[in-house]
Amino acid sequence: MTERTSGAAAVRMEKVGKWFGDFHALKGIDLEVANGERIVICGPSGSGKSTLIRTLNQLEPVQEGRIFVDGMELTGGDRNVDAIRREVGMVFQSFNLFPHMTVLENCMIAPRKVKKIDKAEAEKTARHFLERVRIPEQADKYPAQLSGGQQQRVAIARALCMNPKLMLFDEPTSALDPEMVKEVLDTMIDLAQEGMTMLCVTHEMSFARSVADRIIFMDRGEIVEVAPPDRFFDAPEHERTRNFLGQISH
Amino acid sequence: MIREFGTSDFLFILFAVRWTLLLSAIAFAGGAVGGLVIALARVSQNRIFSGLALGFIRVFQGTPLLMQLFLVFFGINIFGISVTPLLAAAIALTLHASAFLGEIWRGSIQAVPGGQHEASWALGLGYLDRMKSIILPQAARISVAPTVGFLVQLIKGTSLASIIGFVEMTRAGQIINNATFEPFTVFGLVAVFYFILCWPLSIAARQLERRFSRATAR
Repeated sequence: MTERTSGAAAVRMEKVGKWFGDFHALKGIDLEVANGERIVICGPSGSGKSTLIRTLNQLEPVQEGRIFVDGMELTGGDRNVDAIRREVGMVFQSFNLFPHMTVLENCMIAPRKVKKIDKAEAEKTARHFLERVRIPEQADKYPAQLSGGQQQRVAIARALCMNPKLMLFDEPTSALDPEMVKEVLDTMIDLAQEGMTMLCVTHEMSFARSVADRIIFMDRGEIVEVAPPDRFFDAPEHERTRNFLGQISH
Repeated sequence: MIREFGTSDFLFILFAVRWTLLLSAIAFAGGAVGGLVIALARVSQNRIFSGLALGFIRVFQGTPLLMQLFLVFFGINIFGISVTPLLAAAIALTLHASAFLGEIWRGSIQAVPGGQHEASWALGLGYLDRMKSIILPQAARISVAPTVGFLVQLIKGTSLASIIGFVEMTRAGQIINNATFEPFTVFGLVAVFYFILCWPLSIAARQLERRFSRATAR
């Protein structure tokens, strides 16, 4: 099952269901994301939005349905999981940088160990992406010496060093002090403008409005509404979406 | 036939220190290898491995070290294989240390935040790379202080090997005491030697603990 369909969607989820014990976290999720598309997922806490993107590199295994990433079936065996994790970059709310390694080493470890790229080449790639997230001068520092915003940009660079086809962002700015949110969002906007396929769970509605091709609203484990930003913010179809927007705008 | 405690008695006990050190070193080195295996088995997803490791830990933590020594020494001899007291003590102490270090290191591995595992999974790192490069180096920092603390226990624990007849420091003391009958002098001296071995380690453990608790404050 490793062959892939040509022109495959970046992500396809078919009737995906997920339980945590008795709690039904994802209910009948159907979703297709095209290559180059930027998706923002929002919804109240506990709605399953983080769980949804965490299923895409199997940080959360699902109990029913099928998931395809870049034409490969994630739910089709461990070998596919490994292959898909190499193509999917992820940025976490709490950064999760490796504290015992320098910024440069954080960026080099996966290309070296997973892709078996030699040291000089890996370092070149790492410095290139650190430049892109605008912190080349921090390469030899340890994560604890950086601000939250800088750490999150390192985390983005670390993911990019694997040349992923798809980037997942799980509330990347929620753990940041307000004055650092912008530098991380700007980095994400750059990435979006370069055509990266992105799925972002975020509460940053201005980012959603300016960057997203489609916004997904989730509630109680279901996708309630999917719409382009204009329609989503100005004329939401569902009552639950209107309630949510009413609560967050003011 | 009781004689005075003299220089030669002092030297006899002093030279027995090397046997205490040798036994401690063997047990610690063997226990480090065994402990790593036990710790990794304990945290593995495989129920059989983690169950076996748990059973091993429970047995060796739940029985006295002296019984473990007896079981290995007399147990192996029952099967007609003769073991020297040194070999028996080395085996028993290695098993003992494997269980305790395994439990200490299991805790240290599990103290590494879950986000570190998730980040390494998300990057596609395989089990060996994940453990070797990400998890174990961080667990090692957490475990240094309790590991050194256990080493102190282990050094003192080697004194039990005297009971199966291995002439380390404590047994040397008993031999001298039988000849001189000056227990206060003899065992006082033995205790001082243990103290000289263990005290610096205790200090080191405390300093390492302070250093790493500062280093891991993120």
